[in-house]
Amino acid sequence: MIKFNKVTKIYYPNMAVLQDISFEIKKGEFVSIVGKSGAGKTTLTRLILGLDKPSFGDVYFKDKNIQEISSSEMQEIRRSIGCIYQDYKLLPAKTVYENVSYIMEVEGKSYDEIKREVPKILDLVGLKDKMDNFPGELSGGERQRLAVARALVNHPKIVIADEPTGNLDPYNTYEVIYLLEKINKTGTTVILLTHNRDIVNKLAKRVVTLVAGKIIRDEEKGNFII
Amino acid sequence: MFSNSSRIIKFAFQDFSRNKGISIAAIFVLTVTILLVTGLFFLQGITNYLTSQIQDKIDITAYFKDGAQEQDILNVRDEILKMSPNIKNIEYISKDQALEIFNTKHQSDAVISRALQEVGGNPFLPSLNITTNGDTSQYASIANILQTADFSKLIDKVDYSQKKDTIEKVYSITSNISLFGIIIGIILIIVAILVVFNTIKLAIENSAEEISTMQVVGASDWFIRGPFIIQGIIYGVVAFIICFIISGLCALLLSPKIELIMPGFNIFSYFLNNWWIFILIQLGFGVGVGALSAFIVVKKHLKV
Repeated sequence: MIKFNKVTKIYYPNMAVLQDISFEIKKGEFVSIVGKSGAGKTTLTRLILGLDKPSFGDVYFKDKNIQEISSSEMQEIRRSIGCIYQDYKLLPAKTVYENVSYIMEVEGKSYDEIKREVPKILDLVGLKDKMDNFPGELSGGERQRLAVARALVNHPKIVIADEPTGNLDPYNTYEVIYLLEKINKTGTTVILLTHNRDIVNKLAKRVVTLVAGKIIRDEEKGNFII
Repeated sequence: MFSNSSRIIKFAFQDFSRNKGISIAAIFVLTVTILLVTGLFFLQGITNYLTSQIQDKIDITAYFKDGAQEQDILNVRDEILKMSPNIKNIEYISKDQALEIFNTKHQSDAVISRALQEVGGNPFLPSLNITTNGDTSQYASIANILQTADFSKLIDKVDYSQKKDTIEKVYSITSNISLFGIIIGIILIIVAILVVFNTIKLAIENSAEEISTMQVVGASDWFIRGPFIIQGIIYGVVAFIICFIISGLCALLLSPKIELIMPGFNIFSYFLNNWWIFILIQLGFGVGVGALSAFIVVKKHLKV
């Protein structure tokens, strides 16, 4: 589904964030990409979303080279991916409800469907009572849960979770991971970028380990070892 | 498509009402700049009135020989009208009318009245008084026509050569005023556009993070750009309404005072006679610059 072929990313003037990365993520997989801060995890996400271009090599999404597709195709790819970021990337001028409904509106979903689905997903992440609040009025954990709701509302084919538990307490951390596992079981591909050892070890799924921009380990049922 | 458009409009009004501080600041700047542009249009009206007043005072007069028949003079008038399309006014003044005008003008001046009695009879000549729509060259060309053989036998003198310098000076001053007005106008309009552009830029820069999030979730360029452009249009429309009311009220209230300084020029009538131009300028400037600025600024953020 997603393939990195000898990808190197160099930021100006000569900082190589990723070096000669090659790996493939298949449909329905749950992959944890682990590494210390600055190992290049977020850059991988940006390359998948077409927010950055590789300096060398190619990134493929469903056999299409991301560098060669039109902007409308790229927008379609982005719509098929649900992203959860550590810094949330919420829309501050929109309410909790509107942050989630915006994603459905982008997809062109009907108002009826939006009215039906948004409260459901907000209920799932425990934010139904805060539908009319703005992100600025939420705690860190609530914002993270809102980011999760937003990523999942469109039933995406892929979920990329970049440090999704960074701001959560242990209880909410396992709630989010449980949610990711659950949607993975329905066939959604999940890419989890984290440096949380406990989560990765407990998941016992595929682990890709990044150190200084290089893949040093790629194990089917791996552990967090750096 | 319809649902997308309605959502874009909804987002625009939502952002407009939620970001009150930014909206008020943008409308305020747009209002001030539209008023500046409107002021320039008022100024153009005043300048045009003043220059036409000055130009109306310029004329040339052809004095006919004492025995010239009225019918011959009127024939000359018709011929001149046929040959010179730029004539604004051509007036025949008979001997008797000339005397009457003179007497009316100097009725309180006993010395002049006595001098006229000394001369005896009517010393004035019949004349044609000519004003044109155009510049100095048109006066020269009329003077040349009057000096052709057909007319010169009837004409005693044409006062063009005495007035030539004055005519040229007045036209040079009025055309310089117009040119100066155009240059200042262009500079001020450019400044106004830049001020509005920068205000809209600041308002949108505030949402830069939001725009990048919208891109990440796969919103199309128009879905992102649309609400900002419509907000620019809303700023423009609100600023236009404020400016139209302010300029109408100012014209109404200042009209008597301006008429004292410039008799015959009613600034409120000027506003009413040109209301559609005012709407076009204010709405066009407000909406056009507001929307275009938003389009350019958001485009910069949509490069990824």
